[in-house]
Amino acid sequence: METMTTNRINEVFQNKKNVLSVYYTAGFPELNNTLAIAQNLEVAGADIIEIGMPFSDPVADGPTIQESNKKALENGMSIQLLFEQLKEVRQSVSIPIILMGYINPVLQFGIDAFCEKCEEVGVDGLILPDLPMAEYLALYKDKFDDHGIKNVFLITPQTSENRVREIDQNTDGFIYMVSSASTTGARGSFSEEQISYFERIKKMDLKNPTLIGFGISNNDTYEQACTYSSGAIIGSAFINCIDSSGIEKEIINQFVKDIKG
Amino acid sequence: MRYSVDENGYYGQFGGAYIPEMLYPNVEELRENYLSIIGDSAFKAEFDKLLKDYVGRPTPLYFANRLSEKYGAKIYLKREDLCHTGAHKVNNTIGQIILAKKLGKQKIIAETGAGQHGVATATVCALMGMECIVYMGEIDMQRQKPNVERMRILGAEVVPAKSGSKTLKDATNEAMRHWISNPVDTHYIIGSVVGPHPYPDMVARFQSVISEEMKWQLNEEEGTEYPHYVIACVGGGSNAAGAFYHYLDEEKVNLVAVEAAGKGVDSGESAATSYLGKPGVLHGSKTLLMQTADGQVVEPYSISAGLDYPGIGPMHAHLFDTGRVKFENATDEEAMEAGVELSKLEGIIPAIESAHALAALKKMSFDASDIVVINLSGRGDKDLETYIKWGKY
Repeated sequence: METMTTNRINEVFQNKKNVLSVYYTAGFPELNNTLAIAQNLEVAGADIIEIGMPFSDPVADGPTIQESNKKALENGMSIQLLFEQLKEVRQSVSIPIILMGYINPVLQFGIDAFCEKCEEVGVDGLILPDLPMAEYLALYKDKFDDHGIKNVFLITPQTSENRVREIDQNTDGFIYMVSSASTTGARGSFSEEQISYFERIKKMDLKNPTLIGFGISNNDTYEQACTYSSGAIIGSAFINCIDSSGIEKEIINQFVKDIKG
Repeated sequence: MRYSVDENGYYGQFGGAYIPEMLYPNVEELRENYLSIIGDSAFKAEFDKLLKDYVGRPTPLYFANRLSEKYGAKIYLKREDLCHTGAHKVNNTIGQIILAKKLGKQKIIAETGAGQHGVATATVCALMGMECIVYMGEIDMQRQKPNVERMRILGAEVVPAKSGSKTLKDATNEAMRHWISNPVDTHYIIGSVVGPHPYPDMVARFQSVISEEMKWQLNEEEGTEYPHYVIACVGGGSNAAGAFYHYLDEEKVNLVAVEAAGKGVDSGESAATSYLGKPGVLHGSKTLLMQTADGQVVEPYSISAGLDYPGIGPMHAHLFDTGRVKFENATDEEAMEAGVELSKLEGIIPAIESAHALAALKKMSFDASDIVVINLSGRGDKDLETYIKWGKY
């Protein structure tokens, strides 16, 4: 069942602690910002980047990312264009790149063509929140494996232990731990309930590393997340930052510094 | 049953459960329990009693004399417009509210387009003393004001969906977001045969009371359970699913689904999904979907708030694919004309949604002995303002 291809995602978790993964939406705030943001994030010290493929109906996302999706589509972003933009990316960016989005645009692009393009431009993994495990295993896993693409599964406080184990068995990249029952969005701190969920998962001693996402917005939440997992994913807070301050090197540097402390 | 859902939740290539992990426990809980709950005799007794005493079932199968004369066939109207709350929607909400109680849920959320499903949900929540939040597109709230007020009188909170086209699709997105954030105590009453498995199958089963009654009512009137045609409008497709259900495997019965063409199927302002759509995934299932080449969902348009949805239920997508159901469409103009025609010929002002089904009569030809049943899914009270604005009556 499991793939043994080592890619950049595996390497990051072998070599680094307190991994910081940063999400941004392709085509936002400006259509051609994709590569520059990736370069600036790597220089600033991000360990993984997640690039959002905008979708008209992003149901798992909160208002910030939803709005960035809408703006990106208005700017003219598409998967086709994103792959064009990513053609040069491996000349200057060496950290793992994960594409995140919803299944429908990927299906329309064509699964085979999509996987080929991912491999060609050096995409290491995919996060498709509305592609559940059963559908993935039945329809898509073989194709992803053929192209060395790691599929990242989400777990939530409501995910049963059995299902967490099953997910752990079926991936070898990392597991995306959604911090609470919610859509994406920046929040100030974690509740006791969330902490006990983090502890519960930590005690399960999974073979895959975990990254905690949803609600990470500052150094406090990042540090806390790192106590219970291999690191954290930050999205809405970064989108808010580049929306209000821009994508320049200094701004992104400061953002990553503020998070990592 | 050739057209039933399979064990994985698929109708042919359509269906499934494409949902984020955040919704997985809820949907799985439902999938594991719905068949045993609704198959239980206590559930059936409560459901049947409420349908009889509260909804007012069976709804009449009315022989429309003057309409029949005009179109040269024996035309019957299945009077879902006479259900309590004014449309077929309540058949499903009664079923789901009893189910939600059995699952131990305390709160209900729903999405609504024309407001009929919202009103039906608010009604059953009042009946059962459950908290109710209904998401409705901001634009739909404006064009279906009486239904917004009805929901409020019934004690529901109506939350405007302000994203996207501010209509049904976006109300559905917002309801899903709410469910993601409140997974434990909340049940989401989806109003049509859309969404992740088991919703399409569950809603179709609750609505199947329509064709179940049609069969014995037709038998009483005509000495046969089988009409030559059953015609129903399709947005998501719940009234059509109910009207077709017990005839799906009876190939001698012609099933006709009528979609909203809006200003014309090729006008760019349409909701005729079977004509304009391609296979895609939205709101939890793989179905026919109006979308761009890049997979972005296209904003649908129809004069009727209940039909402007960019997809159809996966069961309907399969029925279209296999050719079992013939898909027609009617423009705003054709539907409005048909609605006024029924008002004048039979003294029944239909919902604009249902008027789309009536509009198909003009495009079909019948033998005098043909028995035609049109599912009159709802009444036009909520649409008076639209009729008045249209003005041609």
